[in-house]
Amino acid sequence: MEVRRSSREAIDGSSLAVRGLSAEQMLRGGELTGANQPAHLKGTDLEREQLEAHVHERVLTTTLDKAVAWARSNSFFPLSFGLACCAMEQFQTAGPRMDIARFGYEAFRASPRQADLIILAGRVSIKMAPIIRRLYDQMLEPKWAISMGACCSSMGIFNNYALVPADKFMPIDVHVPGCPPRPEALMHGVLKLRKLVQDDPDAGWRERYGAGGTEEVPAGA
Amino acid sequence: MPDATGLELIGKELGAAVLDKSFFRERATLDVDPAAIRAVLAHLREKGFAFLASVHGVDYYPHEPRLGVIYELLDMRSVDRITVRARVPIDAPVLDSVTPDGDYGAGWPTANHQEREVYDMFGVVFRGHPDPRRILMPEDYEGHPQRRDFPVGGEPVLFTRDEAQWLERRE
Repeated sequence: MEVRRSSREAIDGSSLAVRGLSAEQMLRGGELTGANQPAHLKGTDLEREQLEAHVHERVLTTTLDKAVAWARSNSFFPLSFGLACCAMEQFQTAGPRMDIARFGYEAFRASPRQADLIILAGRVSIKMAPIIRRLYDQMLEPKWAISMGACCSSMGIFNNYALVPADKFMPIDVHVPGCPPRPEALMHGVLKLRKLVQDDPDAGWRERYGAGGTEEVPAGA
Repeated sequence: MPDATGLELIGKELGAAVLDKSFFRERATLDVDPAAIRAVLAHLREKGFAFLASVHGVDYYPHEPRLGVIYELLDMRSVDRITVRARVPIDAPVLDSVTPDGDYGAGWPTANHQEREVYDMFGVVFRGHPDPRRILMPEDYEGHPQRRDFPVGGEPVLFTRDEAQWLERRE
């Protein structure tokens, strides 16, 4: 940090001419003298501090985990899946007004094998729950789940004998309240999930409830 | 609708099978002996009420006999409707199915799923039904949820403010 600060101070207006350097020169770092020197820098050899500043301005360092999380969180593949009235609002997020494609989530997959995000849009009846659980288990890791609407979070107006809340049979990362939530609310939920994936992929439902792996326990295990 | 007089006439034709008649807000209803339901429907079909528009159940708790099965019949020629109601007691909720063909003539195939639903929700057993399974609830479900004495059920809603307490209870 010390080096960087001092090198930044060393840059005056004239030395900003180094912005015209080619990538190859930048990566080779320091081979900017002699035959490699660009024509417009003739006679102005980069000093050591200027070179530091030059690299600092052009190279971004990060960890692989962060880069992977960034890539994942900006290209969820949601499963084409709707349960009830919330599904209408879910369709609308893909429509032209909200346009979920702005964030890169427009690839709704028809197979759970290709999806990494399941949006439970609607009420889950006890007859449907095992089917949803199977779909969720068929999705490949890493995978996330959004519970959309009051019904599949807290069963909403259908809080009776026929329904089961989604948290009872699968881990949910983000709950979007509403009855039904407007498309904006679902977008907000998806962006919350993006934040969750970028910041700490493990924190969330699994950690809070000690749900480690989300794989189904085989019968007899 | 048959008017009040027409209802009287139909009741007279059916004789002892009719337990009660009511004509309320232009709707004619026959309360019939559950043992005679097939004969009554077959007779009304001969009269022109050939279309069985709906079969559904009612729980009349706390009145006895508690369970009712209601058949809505429609005469397509004169656009005329009549309601037939059979009441069965809760401890022996058995009624003849009108789905299969029988000595009363052809059955009403439309009653197949609707009788299954009445069985599912109210527990009325339809004798002679070709496929007497549940239709809406899972097959291993216990109880008949639309009965008035069935608990509404559902889950206590977990709010964030209760979460710590809930986790404690769980441990």
